Amino acid sequence: MTAKERWEQEILQPFLHKAPERKQRFITVSNEEIKRLYTPDDIQDLDYERDLGYPGLFPYTRGVYPTMYRGRLWTMRQFAGFGGPEETNRRFKYLLAEGQTGLSTAFDMPTLMGLDSDHPLADGEVGVEGVAVDTLRDFEILFDGIPLDQVTTSFTINPSAPVIYAMYIAIGDAQGVPREQLRGTIQNDMLKEFIAQKEWVIPPRPSVDLIVDIFEFGTKETPNFNLISISGYHIREAGSTAIQELAFTLADGMAYVEAALKRGLDIDVFAPQLSFFFNSHNSFFEEIAKFRAARRIWARVMRDRYGAKNPESWKLRFHTQTAGCSLTEQQPLNNIIRVTIQALAAVLGGTQSLHTNSYDEALALPSEEAVRIALRTQQIIAYESGVADTIDPLAGSYFVEALTNETERKALEYIEKIEQMGHGSILEGVFAGIENGFFQREIAQAAYEYQKQVESGEQVIVGVNKYVMPQDEQVNILRVDPEVQRRQIERLKRVRAERDNRAVERALERLEQAARKRENTMPYIVEAVKAYASVGEIMEVLKKVHGAYREPAMV
Amino acid sequence: MERPIRVLMAKAGLDGHDRGVKVVARALRDAGMEVIYTGLHNTPEQVVKTALQEDVDVIGVSILSGAHLVIFRKITELMKQYGMDDVVLVGGGIIPDEDKPLLEQMGVKGLFGPGTSTQEIIEFITREVRRVPRR
Repeated sequence: MTAKERWEQEILQPFLHKAPERKQRFITVSNEEIKRLYTPDDIQDLDYERDLGYPGLFPYTRGVYPTMYRGRLWTMRQFAGFGGPEETNRRFKYLLAEGQTGLSTAFDMPTLMGLDSDHPLADGEVGVEGVAVDTLRDFEILFDGIPLDQVTTSFTINPSAPVIYAMYIAIGDAQGVPREQLRGTIQNDMLKEFIAQKEWVIPPRPSVDLIVDIFEFGTKETPNFNLISISGYHIREAGSTAIQELAFTLADGMAYVEAALKRGLDIDVFAPQLSFFFNSHNSFFEEIAKFRAARRIWARVMRDRYGAKNPESWKLRFHTQTAGCSLTEQQPLNNIIRVTIQALAAVLGGTQSLHTNSYDEALALPSEEAVRIALRTQQIIAYESGVADTIDPLAGSYFVEALTNETERKALEYIEKIEQMGHGSILEGVFAGIENGFFQREIAQAAYEYQKQVESGEQVIVGVNKYVMPQDEQVNILRVDPEVQRRQIERLKRVRAERDNRAVERALERLEQAARKRENTMPYIVEAVKAYASVGEIMEVLKKVHGAYREPAMV
Repeated sequence: MERPIRVLMAKAGLDGHDRGVKVVARALRDAGMEVIYTGLHNTPEQVVKTALQEDVDVIGVSILSGAHLVIFRKITELMKQYGMDDVVLVGGGIIPDEDKPLLEQMGVKGLFGPGTSTQEIIEFITREVRRVPRR
């Protein structure tokens, strides 16, 4: 009899007989069962050098840099944007003054969907969920007094990513900043839009072509700019499990790699400019395991499947945002604690940058006070907790290593399934999965299961289905002045009246020709932006060439 | 036999947050209701016209973009125009408390924010539909 068997028989069983455990099944928010105890038996096959290695070395399980946070802390990057460019410019400057180290721009729904502020569908949405941007004029205001060679800026923008990227380049050109000095990220991940976030203009295939245009253009023009942020965040927010988030995101990443290879791009030139974006939810260890598994899978896939030779191509670098969907409207101050736990998981998982949500976001856009507390949460983790002082401190934990292995195995099963749907091609598999509703069904099913577990009490949400209070605390919320919409439309009209409209027409025509001939569209988009063509006008040209996308409704 | 309650679940406006609307749609269906889901990005006109064509008892509108005041105003005006005062209009999403009285004044019968149980929504709809006789 082994020591473990003896423990089970002589100690555990009699104890359980007297004092049963709190519940039959212990599960994560993703419905993964967690065992009572993990021991060396659970990681028998773990080979330190092969599976973990050293930070900054393949397969990067312990982190992508040799010193991690001892060298440089993660970038504290709070997502901000509301109202017009004037308001957001002020918020940017406030955040920089408070010690934030990078900017992150939230756009309003019309900008995200490629519509101008005066479009009928934009009514009531201008400047509400983020900043409204129609033309380069708005970007000039947005970045007024912010030198682009000294900040890194992240843009959460997808269908209209080429236009926003072109505007940033135009601002840099105007400030006299060499393009190779521009640093930042455009999200530019359309596959997860079709899968989860549901912002789109043109159909999936031409959307991916446009992304490859950006890869081709950006590797030459802005070699220090992340040309995509392959995102699991929104997949998770839409209700997926942690494993689905990981698997679908990595599959999307592989799909982009395949699309770029098909164009003839060199993997070792574009791959170092890919970045990732994950969610950090409540189940602390599950999230840490997810981040560690993500790095290991990506390194192996890039080296062994796609033959990348440059170690920079093997490194999965990622941004993390704490889980918006975990925030509760009830007892909103409790959200500060949730965000702290989620942020800690992201740091222990080795994130490169982090956005911590504000406690009032289940009620409205975050107020300045709430944003400050969210930023302070990161600063306390960074400077007071000590967790950033040693690299990957949870490595070697029986539980964390077993969970990392398990997460990897299950994610790879999903990726294999996607590959089968594409008959050997991940790119085709992802297209097929979007068209036949595979991803959307998997996510909706997981979301429904979770909701049922919440309603049965199997998943506890403090303040919602346990420790409920009748009277909620009141918080001050931020409101966007409806005046913003009027002002924005006015400015757009003025720009249209003052610009050289013949130059705009010529630029849009040249863009249309390029799109029809399948030439790289980016130089033409930069030209159109510089002529003050609007987001809506440019996206309209692409719609004319490729058609508009509409998702089949399914529940 | 009483016909099952017919519900139109709609996403209006530009936001693509469809997790909640899909969960509620499935829960209503599991509770025996007939549910029609519009898909994303509908105009108020599309929502009201679909509700008319489908002869529904209830319209459930999900908005998480902050455009709820504008969109519900348009929907309630169109419903009045078409004489749909026997159709129960409910909403869900991120809607601040202070907007609720105004929305109720417009004719939105129930508003369900994050954390609402689907059981609560099912009970509310069942009660309201019984209270308002169909013409």
